[in-house]
Amino acid sequence: MRRQAIARVLSAALVQGVLAANALLVLLPLAYMVVSSLKTTREIFQRPFALPSAPRWQNYAEVWGTAHVGVYFQNSVVVTAASMAVILGAGTLAAFALGRYRFRGNELLFVFFLSGIMVPIRLAVIPLFVMMRDLGLLDTFWSLILVYSASGLPSAIFILAGFLHTVPQELDDAARIDGAGELGVLLRVVLPLLRPALAIVTVYNIIPIWNDFFFPLVFIHQDRLKTLPLGLTVFFGEFQTNWALVFAGLTVAAAPVLLLYVLMSRQFIRGLTAGALKG
Amino acid sequence: MVYPVVTAMAYSLFRWDGIVRTGFAGLENFRRLVLQPPYAQRMVAAFSHNLETFALTMVVQNGLAMVFAALLAGGPWGASLYRAVFFMPVVLSLVVVGFLWELFLNPVWGAVNKLLALAGLGALARPWLGDPRTALLSLVLVNAWRWVGFPTLVFLAGIQGVPEEYLEAARIDGASAGVLFRRVVLPLIAPQVHIIVILTFIGAFNWFELPYVMQGVTGEPDHATDVLGLLFYRSAFGSVDTGNPDVGIGSAIAVVMFALILVTAGLGAVYLRRREVSL
Repeated sequence: MRRQAIARVLSAALVQGVLAANALLVLLPLAYMVVSSLKTTREIFQRPFALPSAPRWQNYAEVWGTAHVGVYFQNSVVVTAASMAVILGAGTLAAFALGRYRFRGNELLFVFFLSGIMVPIRLAVIPLFVMMRDLGLLDTFWSLILVYSASGLPSAIFILAGFLHTVPQELDDAARIDGAGELGVLLRVVLPLLRPALAIVTVYNIIPIWNDFFFPLVFIHQDRLKTLPLGLTVFFGEFQTNWALVFAGLTVAAAPVLLLYVLMSRQFIRGLTAGALKG
Repeated sequence: MVYPVVTAMAYSLFRWDGIVRTGFAGLENFRRLVLQPPYAQRMVAAFSHNLETFALTMVVQNGLAMVFAALLAGGPWGASLYRAVFFMPVVLSLVVVGFLWELFLNPVWGAVNKLLALAGLGALARPWLGDPRTALLSLVLVNAWRWVGFPTLVFLAGIQGVPEEYLEAARIDGASAGVLFRRVVLPLIAPQVHIIVILTFIGAFNWFELPYVMQGVTGEPDHATDVLGLLFYRSAFGSVDTGNPDVGIGSAIAVVMFALILVTAGLGAVYLRRREVSL
Protein backbone atom coordinates (compact mmCIF):
# COMPACT_ATOMS: atom_id res chain seq x y z
CA MET A 1 0.00 0.00 0.00
CA ARG A 2 2.81 2.38 0.93
CA ARG A 3 4.52 1.60 -2.33
CA GLN A 4 1.36 2.38 -4.29
CA ALA A 5 1.02 5.74 -2.60
CA ILE A 6 4.62 6.58 -3.44
CA ALA A 7 4.06 5.52 -7.06
CA ARG A 8 1.03 7.78 -7.25
CA VAL A 9 2.93 10.79 -5.91
CA LEU A 10 5.82 10.11 -8.27
CA SER A 11 3.58 9.87 -11.33
CA ALA A 12 1.76 13.06 -10.34
CA ALA A 13 5.14 14.78 -9.98
CA LEU A 14 6.19 13.49 -13.41
CA VAL A 15 2.98 14.81 -14.98
CA GLN A 16 3.50 18.21 -13.34
CA GLY A 17 7.12 18.19 -14.49
CA VAL A 18 6.20 17.65 -18.15
CA LEU A 19 3.36 20.18 -18.12
CA ALA A 20 5.35 22.83 -16.25
CA ALA A 21 8.32 22.36 -18.59
CA ASN A 22 6.16 23.11 -21.60
CA ALA A 23 4.48 26.05 -19.86
CA LEU A 24 7.94 27.51 -19.24
CA LEU A 25 8.93 26.83 -22.85
CA VAL A 26 5.96 28.98 -23.90
CA LEU A 27 6.27 31.74 -21.30
CA LEU A 28 10.03 32.27 -21.00
CA PRO A 29 10.62 33.36 -24.62
CA LEU A 30 7.78 35.89 -24.27
CA ALA A 31 9.10 37.11 -20.93
CA TYR A 32 12.59 37.34 -22.44
CA MET A 33 11.17 39.46 -25.25
CA VAL A 34 9.49 41.90 -22.85
CA VAL A 35 12.49 42.15 -20.51
CA SER A 36 14.93 42.67 -23.40
CA SER A 37 12.72 45.41 -24.84
CA LEU A 38 13.61 47.51 -21.77
CA LYS A 39 17.38 47.06 -22.07
CA THR A 40 20.02 48.60 -24.28
CA THR A 41 21.33 46.48 -27.12
CA ARG A 42 24.72 46.41 -25.42
CA GLU A 43 23.11 45.01 -22.27
CA ILE A 44 21.29 42.31 -24.26
CA PHE A 45 24.55 41.20 -25.84
CA GLN A 46 26.69 41.33 -22.71
CA ARG A 47 24.26 40.11 -20.05
CA PRO A 48 21.56 38.30 -22.00
CA PHE A 49 19.80 36.76 -19.00
CA ALA A 50 19.98 39.70 -16.57
CA LEU A 51 17.26 42.22 -15.81
CA PRO A 52 17.76 45.70 -17.25
CA SER A 53 19.90 47.96 -15.05
CA ALA A 54 17.32 50.72 -15.59
CA PRO A 55 14.21 50.16 -17.74
CA ARG A 56 14.53 52.10 -21.00
CA TRP A 57 10.97 53.13 -21.78
CA GLN A 58 12.28 55.39 -24.52
CA ASN A 59 12.76 52.24 -26.66
CA TYR A 60 9.00 52.20 -27.03
CA ALA A 61 8.74 55.88 -27.89
CA GLU A 62 11.36 55.39 -30.56
CA VAL A 63 9.67 52.30 -32.01
CA TRP A 64 6.25 53.95 -32.06
CA GLY A 65 7.38 57.22 -33.65
CA THR A 66 10.68 57.07 -35.53
CA ALA A 67 10.25 53.48 -36.67
CA HIS A 68 6.63 54.04 -37.80
CA VAL A 69 5.29 51.11 -35.78
CA GLY A 70 2.56 53.46 -34.54
CA VAL A 71 1.40 54.06 -38.13
CA TYR A 72 1.41 50.33 -38.95
CA PHE A 73 -0.52 49.67 -35.76
CA GLN A 74 -3.22 52.20 -36.63
CA ASN A 75 -3.49 50.80 -40.17
CA SER A 76 -4.05 47.33 -38.73
CA VAL A 77 -6.75 48.65 -36.42
CA VAL A 78 -8.61 50.35 -39.31
CA VAL A 79 -8.42 47.34 -41.64
CA THR A 80 -9.37 44.82 -38.96
CA ALA A 81 -12.26 46.91 -37.62
CA ALA A 82 -13.71 47.58 -41.07
CA SER A 83 -13.45 43.93 -42.13
CA MET A 84 -15.08 42.74 -38.92
CA ALA A 85 -17.91 45.25 -39.35
CA VAL A 86 -18.65 43.85 -42.82
CA ILE A 87 -18.34 40.22 -41.72
CA LEU A 88 -20.59 40.62 -38.70
CA GLY A 89 -23.11 42.92 -40.40
CA ALA A 90 -23.47 41.14 -43.73
CA GLY A 91 -23.01 37.75 -42.07
CA THR A 92 -25.95 38.34 -39.72
CA LEU A 93 -28.19 39.59 -42.53
CA ALA A 94 -27.32 36.65 -44.80
CA ALA A 95 -27.68 34.07 -42.05
CA PHE A 96 -31.05 35.57 -41.09
CA ALA A 97 -32.25 35.46 -44.69
CA LEU A 98 -30.96 31.96 -45.35
CA GLY A 99 -31.97 30.54 -41.99
CA ARG A 100 -35.44 32.07 -41.71
CA TYR A 101 -36.91 32.44 -45.15
CA ARG A 102 -37.72 29.71 -47.65
CA PHE A 103 -37.10 30.78 -51.21
CA ARG A 104 -35.98 29.30 -54.48
CA GLY A 105 -32.22 28.73 -54.52
CA ASN A 106 -31.92 28.98 -50.74
CA GLU A 107 -30.05 25.68 -50.40
CA LEU A 108 -27.91 26.38 -53.44
CA LEU A 109 -26.91 29.78 -52.11
CA PHE A 110 -25.96 28.24 -48.76
CA VAL A 111 -23.77 25.62 -50.47
CA PHE A 112 -22.25 28.39 -52.59
CA PHE A 113 -21.29 30.32 -49.46
CA LEU A 114 -20.05 27.11 -47.87
CA SER A 115 -17.73 26.23 -50.71
CA GLY A 116 -15.93 29.42 -49.78
CA ILE A 117 -14.79 27.80 -46.53
CA MET A 118 -13.00 24.95 -48.26
CA VAL A 119 -11.08 27.04 -50.78
CA PRO A 120 -7.56 28.14 -49.76
CA ILE A 121 -8.05 31.68 -51.02
CA ARG A 122 -4.35 32.50 -51.13
CA LEU A 123 -3.86 30.31 -54.15
CA ALA A 124 -6.16 32.68 -55.99
CA VAL A 125 -3.95 35.65 -55.21
CA ILE A 126 -2.82 36.24 -58.81
CA PRO A 127 -6.35 36.81 -60.17
CA LEU A 128 -7.15 38.82 -57.05
CA PHE A 129 -4.10 40.96 -57.72
CA VAL A 130 -5.17 41.53 -61.33
CA MET A 131 -8.72 42.28 -60.19
CA MET A 132 -7.55 44.81 -57.60
CA ARG A 133 -5.24 46.40 -60.15
CA ASP A 134 -8.06 46.75 -62.68
CA LEU A 135 -10.34 48.21 -60.00
CA GLY A 136 -7.59 50.63 -59.02
CA LEU A 137 -7.63 49.30 -55.46
CA LEU A 138 -3.98 48.27 -55.13
CA ASP A 139 -2.28 50.22 -52.36
CA THR A 140 -5.58 50.94 -50.62
CA PHE A 141 -7.13 49.48 -47.49
CA TRP A 142 -10.14 48.47 -49.63
CA SER A 143 -8.18 45.67 -51.29
CA LEU A 144 -7.54 44.10 -47.88
CA ILE A 145 -11.00 44.75 -46.47
CA LEU A 146 -12.67 43.18 -49.52
CA VAL A 147 -10.52 40.04 -49.40
CA TYR A 148 -10.88 39.59 -45.64
CA SER A 149 -14.63 40.12 -45.78
CA ALA A 150 -15.03 37.69 -48.65
CA SER A 151 -12.95 35.02 -46.94
CA GLY A 152 -14.54 35.58 -43.52
CA LEU A 153 -18.20 35.63 -44.59
CA PRO A 154 -18.67 31.93 -45.48
CA SER A 155 -17.64 30.64 -42.07
CA ALA A 156 -19.56 33.47 -40.38
CA ILE A 157 -22.76 32.56 -42.23
CA PHE A 158 -22.19 28.88 -41.50
CA ILE A 159 -21.75 29.43 -37.77
CA LEU A 160 -24.57 31.99 -37.47
CA ALA A 161 -27.07 30.01 -39.55
CA GLY A 162 -26.27 26.88 -37.55
CA PHE A 163 -26.87 28.76 -34.33
CA LEU A 164 -30.05 30.37 -35.70
CA HIS A 165 -31.63 26.93 -36.09
CA THR A 166 -31.50 26.58 -32.29
CA VAL A 167 -33.45 29.83 -31.81
CA PRO A 168 -37.18 28.97 -31.88
CA GLN A 169 -39.02 30.48 -34.86
CA GLU A 170 -42.02 31.12 -32.56
CA LEU A 171 -40.10 34.02 -30.98
CA ASP A 172 -39.98 35.79 -34.37
CA ASP A 173 -43.66 35.16 -34.95
CA ALA A 174 -44.58 36.44 -31.51
CA ALA A 175 -42.71 39.68 -32.26
CA ARG A 176 -44.43 39.96 -35.65
CA ILE A 177 -47.84 39.59 -34.02
CA ASP A 178 -46.83 42.37 -31.66
CA GLY A 179 -46.29 44.51 -34.74
CA ALA A 180 -42.53 44.34 -35.27
CA GLY A 181 -41.21 44.73 -38.83
CA GLU A 182 -38.70 42.30 -40.29
CA LEU A 183 -35.79 44.52 -39.31
CA GLY A 184 -37.28 44.88 -35.83
CA VAL A 185 -37.44 41.09 -35.50
CA LEU A 186 -33.80 40.83 -36.49
CA LEU A 187 -32.51 43.65 -34.30
CA ARG A 188 -34.68 43.25 -31.20
CA VAL A 189 -35.30 39.51 -31.04
CA VAL A 190 -32.74 37.52 -33.01
CA LEU A 191 -29.62 39.63 -32.57
CA PRO A 192 -29.53 39.54 -28.74
CA LEU A 193 -29.93 35.76 -28.85
CA LEU A 194 -27.15 35.43 -31.43
CA ARG A 195 -24.56 37.06 -29.16
CA PRO A 196 -22.62 33.87 -28.25
CA ALA A 197 -22.37 32.89 -31.92
CA LEU A 198 -21.28 36.43 -32.85
CA ALA A 199 -18.50 36.16 -30.25
CA ILE A 200 -17.26 32.95 -31.87
CA VAL A 201 -17.37 34.50 -35.34
CA THR A 202 -15.45 37.51 -34.05
CA VAL A 203 -12.63 35.51 -32.49
CA TYR A 204 -12.49 33.08 -35.39
CA ASN A 205 -11.89 35.95 -37.84
CA ILE A 206 -10.25 38.76 -35.93
CA ILE A 207 -7.03 36.91 -35.07
CA PRO A 208 -6.24 35.70 -38.62
CA ILE A 209 -7.11 39.15 -40.03
CA TRP A 210 -5.03 41.04 -37.48
CA ASN A 211 -2.11 38.67 -38.06
CA ASP A 212 -2.39 38.36 -41.84
CA PHE A 213 0.84 38.97 -43.68
CA PHE A 214 0.27 37.51 -47.13
CA PHE A 215 -2.29 39.86 -48.67
CA PRO A 216 -0.67 43.10 -47.47
CA LEU A 217 2.60 41.75 -48.88
CA VAL A 218 1.00 41.43 -52.30
CA PHE A 219 -1.40 44.40 -52.31
CA ILE A 220 0.31 47.15 -50.30
CA HIS A 221 3.54 48.80 -51.35
CA GLN A 222 3.43 52.28 -49.81
CA ASP A 223 5.09 52.28 -46.43
CA ARG A 224 2.48 54.52 -44.80
CA LEU A 225 -0.32 52.06 -45.68
CA LYS A 226 1.36 48.91 -44.39
CA THR A 227 -0.32 46.87 -41.67
CA LEU A 228 1.54 45.73 -38.58
CA PRO A 229 2.82 42.29 -39.72
CA LEU A 230 4.09 43.68 -43.03
CA GLY A 231 5.41 46.84 -41.37
CA LEU A 232 7.38 44.69 -38.93
CA THR A 233 9.39 43.21 -41.80
CA VAL A 234 10.35 46.72 -42.91
CA PHE A 235 11.16 47.64 -39.33
CA PHE A 236 13.15 44.45 -38.75
CA GLY A 237 15.17 45.04 -41.91
CA GLU A 238 16.02 48.60 -40.86
CA PHE A 239 16.86 47.98 -37.22
CA GLN A 240 18.20 44.44 -37.46
CA THR A 241 21.29 45.18 -35.37
CA ASN A 242 19.45 47.24 -32.78
CA TRP A 243 18.05 44.34 -30.80
CA ALA A 244 16.57 46.41 -28.00
CA LEU A 245 14.36 48.25 -30.50
CA VAL A 246 13.45 45.05 -32.33
CA PHE A 247 12.34 43.41 -29.09
CA ALA A 248 10.32 46.53 -28.23
CA GLY A 249 8.69 46.45 -31.68
CA LEU A 250 7.81 42.77 -31.35
CA THR A 251 6.36 43.44 -27.89
CA VAL A 252 4.17 46.23 -29.26
CA ALA A 253 2.91 43.90 -31.98
CA ALA A 254 2.26 41.00 -29.60
CA ALA A 255 0.82 42.97 -26.69
CA PRO A 256 -2.77 43.65 -27.85
CA VAL A 257 -3.58 40.05 -28.78
CA LEU A 258 -1.82 38.69 -25.71
CA LEU A 259 -3.69 41.08 -23.39
CA LEU A 260 -7.02 40.20 -24.98
CA TYR A 261 -6.12 36.55 -24.72
CA VAL A 262 -5.29 36.78 -21.03
CA LEU A 263 -8.62 38.52 -20.39
CA MET A 264 -10.76 36.04 -22.33
CA SER A 265 -8.73 32.92 -23.08
CA ARG A 266 -11.81 30.72 -22.80
CA GLN A 267 -13.61 32.50 -25.65
CA PHE A 268 -10.45 32.54 -27.75
CA ILE A 269 -9.88 28.81 -27.38
CA ARG A 270 -13.51 28.09 -28.18
CA GLY A 271 -13.57 30.45 -31.15
CA LEU A 272 -10.30 29.37 -32.72
CA THR A 273 -10.90 25.64 -32.38
CA ALA A 274 -14.48 26.05 -33.63
CA GLY A 275 -13.52 24.93 -37.13
CA ALA A 276 -11.94 21.71 -35.90
CA LEU A 277 -14.60 20.90 -33.32
CA LYS A 278 -17.78 21.64 -35.28
CA GLY A 279 -18.84 24.80 -33.48
CA MET B 1 -14.47 33.81 -54.05
CA VAL B 2 -15.35 31.40 -56.83
CA TYR B 3 -14.39 33.70 -59.67
CA PRO B 4 -10.74 34.16 -58.64
CA VAL B 5 -10.22 30.43 -58.11
CA VAL B 6 -11.58 29.54 -61.54
CA THR B 7 -9.58 32.37 -63.08
CA ALA B 8 -6.43 31.09 -61.38
CA MET B 9 -6.88 27.80 -63.17
CA ALA B 10 -7.52 29.51 -66.48
CA TYR B 11 -4.40 31.67 -66.05
CA SER B 12 -2.23 28.58 -65.90
CA LEU B 13 -3.18 27.78 -69.51
CA PHE B 14 -1.86 31.03 -70.97
CA ARG B 15 1.49 32.43 -71.94
CA TRP B 16 2.53 35.51 -69.96
CA ASP B 17 5.09 38.22 -70.38
CA GLY B 18 5.47 39.60 -66.88
CA ILE B 19 1.90 40.25 -65.86
CA VAL B 20 0.52 40.74 -69.38
CA ARG B 21 -1.21 37.83 -71.08
CA THR B 22 0.22 37.16 -74.54
CA GLY B 23 -1.46 34.00 -75.80
CA PHE B 24 -2.96 30.61 -75.19
CA ALA B 25 -0.40 28.04 -74.12
CA GLY B 26 -2.36 24.89 -73.36
CA LEU B 27 -0.46 22.74 -70.94
CA GLU B 28 2.86 24.39 -71.80
CA ASN B 29 3.26 25.91 -68.32
CA PHE B 30 2.78 22.53 -66.66
CA ARG B 31 5.27 20.94 -69.03
CA ARG B 32 7.84 23.60 -68.14
CA LEU B 33 7.12 23.17 -64.48
CA VAL B 34 7.85 19.46 -64.62
CA LEU B 35 10.65 19.34 -67.17
CA GLN B 36 12.45 22.66 -67.58
CA PRO B 37 15.26 23.77 -65.28
CA PRO B 38 15.32 25.50 -62.89
CA TYR B 39 11.58 25.02 -62.25
CA ALA B 40 11.70 21.24 -62.21
CA GLN B 41 14.47 21.00 -59.60
CA ARG B 42 12.97 23.78 -57.48
CA MET B 43 9.57 22.15 -57.64
CA VAL B 44 10.88 18.76 -56.52
CA ALA B 45 12.98 20.28 -53.74
CA ALA B 46 10.14 22.48 -52.49
CA PHE B 47 7.66 19.63 -52.62
CA SER B 48 9.94 17.35 -50.62
CA HIS B 49 10.45 20.11 -48.04
CA ASN B 50 6.68 20.46 -47.66
CA LEU B 51 6.41 16.71 -47.25
CA GLU B 52 9.23 16.68 -44.71
CA THR B 53 7.55 19.51 -42.83
CA PHE B 54 4.32 17.55 -42.72
CA ALA B 55 6.04 14.39 -41.45
CA LEU B 56 8.14 16.18 -38.82
CA THR B 57 5.17 18.23 -37.62
CA MET B 58 3.05 15.10 -37.32
CA VAL B 59 5.69 13.38 -35.19
CA VAL B 60 6.97 16.26 -33.06
CA GLN B 61 4.07 18.70 -32.73
CA ASN B 62 1.11 16.34 -32.86
CA GLY B 63 2.93 13.63 -30.91
CA LEU B 64 3.67 16.08 -28.11
CA ALA B 65 0.12 17.40 -28.33
CA MET B 66 -1.23 13.90 -27.77
CA VAL B 67 1.02 13.47 -24.71
CA PHE B 68 -0.07 16.84 -23.29
CA ALA B 69 -3.74 16.08 -23.97
CA ALA B 70 -3.52 12.69 -22.26
CA LEU B 71 -1.84 14.25 -19.24
CA LEU B 72 -4.31 17.14 -19.05
CA ALA B 73 -7.28 14.78 -19.36
CA GLY B 74 -6.22 13.16 -16.09
CA GLY B 75 -7.22 16.42 -14.39
CA PRO B 76 -3.86 17.32 -12.84
CA TRP B 77 -3.42 20.33 -10.58
CA GLY B 78 -3.60 23.58 -12.63
CA ALA B 79 -5.04 21.90 -15.74
CA SER B 80 -7.05 24.92 -16.89
CA LEU B 81 -4.06 27.22 -16.42
CA TYR B 82 -1.85 24.88 -18.46
CA ARG B 83 -4.51 24.78 -21.18
CA ALA B 84 -4.57 28.55 -21.42
CA VAL B 85 -0.77 28.84 -21.44
CA PHE B 86 -0.21 26.12 -24.05
CA PHE B 87 -2.69 27.77 -26.41
CA MET B 88 -1.28 31.27 -25.97
CA PRO B 89 1.21 31.37 -28.89
CA VAL B 90 -1.56 30.33 -31.30
CA VAL B 91 -2.92 33.89 -31.19
CA LEU B 92 0.47 35.44 -32.00
CA SER B 93 1.35 36.65 -35.48
CA LEU B 94 3.73 34.30 -37.30
CA VAL B 95 5.76 37.37 -38.21
CA VAL B 96 6.31 38.14 -34.53
CA VAL B 97 7.06 34.48 -33.76
CA GLY B 98 9.45 34.23 -36.71
CA PHE B 99 11.48 37.33 -35.85
CA LEU B 100 11.54 36.45 -32.15
CA TRP B 101 13.04 33.05 -32.83
CA GLU B 102 15.35 34.43 -35.49
CA LEU B 103 16.89 36.52 -32.70
CA PHE B 104 16.95 33.57 -30.28
CA LEU B 105 18.63 31.36 -32.89
CA ASN B 106 21.23 33.95 -33.89
CA PRO B 107 24.56 32.08 -33.95
CA VAL B 108 26.55 34.69 -32.02
CA TRP B 109 24.17 36.62 -29.77
CA GLY B 110 21.12 34.36 -29.67
CA ALA B 111 19.72 33.06 -26.39
CA VAL B 112 19.65 29.43 -27.58
CA ASN B 113 23.39 29.08 -28.18
CA LYS B 114 24.15 31.12 -25.05
CA LEU B 115 21.97 28.81 -22.96
CA LEU B 116 23.71 25.78 -24.45
CA ALA B 117 27.06 27.29 -23.51
CA LEU B 118 25.82 27.99 -19.97
CA ALA B 119 24.66 24.38 -19.66
CA GLY B 120 28.11 23.15 -20.71
CA LEU B 121 26.75 22.00 -24.07
CA GLY B 122 28.60 24.63 -26.09
CA ALA B 123 29.64 21.92 -28.54
CA LEU B 124 26.02 21.65 -29.67
CA ALA B 125 25.81 25.35 -30.52
CA ARG B 126 25.53 25.99 -34.23
CA PRO B 127 24.11 28.46 -36.73
CA TRP B 128 20.71 26.77 -36.60
CA LEU B 129 19.15 28.75 -39.43
CA GLY B 130 22.31 29.09 -41.51
CA ASP B 131 23.20 25.41 -41.67
CA PRO B 132 21.28 23.58 -44.42
CA ARG B 133 21.14 20.46 -42.23
CA THR B 134 19.32 22.15 -39.34
CA ALA B 135 17.49 25.03 -41.07
CA LEU B 136 14.27 23.23 -41.99
CA LEU B 137 14.13 21.35 -38.69
CA SER B 138 14.55 24.65 -36.81
CA LEU B 139 11.66 26.17 -38.74
CA VAL B 140 9.45 23.16 -38.03
CA LEU B 141 10.27 23.41 -34.32
CA VAL B 142 9.49 27.13 -34.21
CA ASN B 143 6.24 26.40 -36.04
CA ALA B 144 5.44 23.66 -33.51
CA TRP B 145 6.17 26.10 -30.67
CA ARG B 146 3.50 28.37 -32.04
CA TRP B 147 0.92 25.70 -32.90
CA VAL B 148 1.19 22.84 -30.40
CA GLY B 149 -1.60 24.20 -28.19
CA PHE B 150 -4.10 23.81 -31.01
CA PRO B 151 -3.91 20.01 -31.52
CA THR B 152 -3.50 19.63 -27.75
CA LEU B 153 -6.89 21.20 -27.07
CA VAL B 154 -8.61 19.43 -29.97
CA PHE B 155 -7.33 16.05 -28.71
CA LEU B 156 -8.23 17.00 -25.16
CA ALA B 157 -11.81 17.80 -26.18
CA GLY B 158 -11.95 14.38 -27.85
CA ILE B 159 -10.63 12.52 -24.83
CA GLN B 160 -13.01 14.33 -22.52
CA GLY B 161 -15.88 13.26 -24.77
CA VAL B 162 -15.14 9.56 -24.19
CA PRO B 163 -17.95 8.18 -22.00
CA GLU B 164 -16.75 7.35 -18.51
CA GLU B 165 -18.52 3.94 -18.59
CA TYR B 166 -16.22 2.72 -21.39
CA LEU B 167 -13.14 3.54 -19.33
CA GLU B 168 -14.67 1.99 -16.24
CA ALA B 169 -15.52 -1.22 -18.08
CA ALA B 170 -12.00 -1.52 -19.47
CA ARG B 171 -10.49 -0.90 -16.03
CA ILE B 172 -12.65 -3.61 -14.50
CA ASP B 173 -11.37 -5.95 -17.22
CA GLY B 174 -7.90 -5.19 -15.90
CA ALA B 175 -6.61 -2.94 -18.70
CA SER B 176 -3.46 -0.97 -17.81
CA ALA B 177 -3.30 2.77 -18.47
CA GLY B 178 -1.31 2.17 -21.67
CA VAL B 179 -3.73 -0.42 -23.04
CA LEU B 180 -6.68 1.75 -22.02
CA PHE B 181 -5.28 4.65 -24.04
CA ARG B 182 -4.34 2.64 -27.12
CA ARG B 183 -7.34 0.34 -27.28
CA VAL B 184 -10.17 2.47 -25.95
CA VAL B 185 -9.35 6.19 -26.06
CA LEU B 186 -7.44 6.38 -29.33
CA PRO B 187 -10.08 4.66 -31.51
CA LEU B 188 -12.77 6.82 -29.97
CA ILE B 189 -10.98 10.08 -30.74
CA ALA B 190 -10.25 9.06 -34.35
CA PRO B 191 -12.37 11.96 -35.71
CA GLN B 192 -10.26 14.54 -33.85
CA VAL B 193 -7.03 12.84 -34.95
CA HIS B 194 -8.14 12.87 -38.58
CA ILE B 195 -9.10 16.51 -38.47
CA ILE B 196 -5.68 17.39 -37.09
CA VAL B 197 -3.96 15.25 -39.74
CA ILE B 198 -5.88 17.04 -42.49
CA LEU B 199 -5.27 20.51 -41.01
CA THR B 200 -1.58 19.69 -40.55
CA PHE B 201 -1.37 18.60 -44.17
CA ILE B 202 -3.07 21.76 -45.44
CA GLY B 203 -0.88 23.87 -43.16
CA ALA B 204 2.32 22.14 -44.28
CA PHE B 205 1.50 22.56 -47.96
CA ASN B 206 0.33 26.16 -47.57
CA TRP B 207 3.42 27.00 -45.54
CA PHE B 208 4.66 30.51 -46.36
CA GLU B 209 4.94 33.09 -43.58
CA LEU B 210 7.52 31.46 -41.35
CA PRO B 211 9.98 30.46 -44.10
CA TYR B 212 9.52 33.88 -45.74
CA VAL B 213 10.08 35.84 -42.54
CA MET B 214 12.97 33.76 -41.20
CA GLN B 215 14.75 32.59 -44.36
CA GLY B 216 13.78 35.06 -47.04
CA VAL B 217 11.95 34.63 -50.30
CA THR B 218 14.43 32.04 -51.66
CA GLY B 219 14.33 29.80 -48.61
CA GLU B 220 17.91 30.23 -47.47
CA PRO B 221 20.41 28.75 -46.95
CA ASP B 222 20.73 27.73 -50.60
CA HIS B 223 17.03 26.77 -50.98
CA ALA B 224 17.25 24.42 -47.97
CA THR B 225 13.95 25.79 -46.67
CA ASP B 226 12.33 26.51 -50.03
CA VAL B 227 8.69 25.40 -50.05
CA LEU B 228 5.88 25.48 -52.62
CA GLY B 229 4.41 28.64 -51.10
CA LEU B 230 7.69 30.55 -51.56
CA LEU B 231 8.16 29.16 -55.06
CA PHE B 232 4.63 30.24 -55.94
CA TYR B 233 5.16 33.74 -54.56
CA ARG B 234 8.52 34.11 -56.30
CA SER B 235 7.27 33.04 -59.69
CA ALA B 236 4.12 35.14 -59.49
CA PHE B 237 5.50 38.35 -57.97
CA GLY B 238 9.28 38.12 -58.00
CA SER B 239 11.44 35.71 -59.91
CA VAL B 240 12.39 32.07 -59.55
CA ASP B 241 16.09 32.71 -59.80
CA THR B 242 16.66 35.80 -61.85
CA GLY B 243 14.42 37.47 -64.36
CA ASN B 244 10.81 38.54 -64.46
CA PRO B 245 7.72 37.28 -62.73
CA ASP B 246 6.12 34.45 -64.65
CA VAL B 247 2.40 34.40 -64.02
CA GLY B 248 1.87 31.27 -66.11
CA ILE B 249 4.28 29.21 -64.02
CA GLY B 250 2.93 30.77 -60.83
CA SER B 251 -0.63 29.85 -61.72
CA ALA B 252 0.47 26.34 -62.66
CA ILE B 253 2.09 25.94 -59.22
CA ALA B 254 -1.10 27.25 -57.61
CA VAL B 255 -3.18 24.71 -59.52
CA VAL B 256 -0.87 21.87 -58.44
CA MET B 257 -1.01 23.00 -54.79
CA PHE B 258 -4.75 23.46 -54.99
CA ALA B 259 -5.28 19.97 -56.43
CA LEU B 260 -2.98 18.41 -53.85
CA ILE B 261 -4.79 20.05 -50.95
CA LEU B 262 -8.27 19.49 -52.33
CA VAL B 263 -7.70 15.81 -53.15
CA THR B 264 -6.05 15.04 -49.83
CA ALA B 265 -8.52 17.00 -47.75
CA GLY B 266 -11.42 15.52 -49.75
CA LEU B 267 -10.21 11.94 -49.41
CA GLY B 268 -9.50 12.60 -45.74
CA ALA B 269 -12.99 13.96 -45.19
CA VAL B 270 -14.61 10.95 -46.89
CA TYR B 271 -12.48 8.54 -44.85
CA LEU B 272 -13.38 10.48 -41.72
CA ARG B 273 -17.09 10.28 -42.46
CA ARG B 274 -16.87 6.52 -42.93
CA ARG B 275 -15.00 6.05 -39.66
CA GLU B 276 -17.56 8.12 -37.80
CA VAL B 277 -20.42 5.94 -39.03
CA SER B 278 -18.64 2.76 -37.99
CA LEU B 279 -18.12 4.05 -34.46
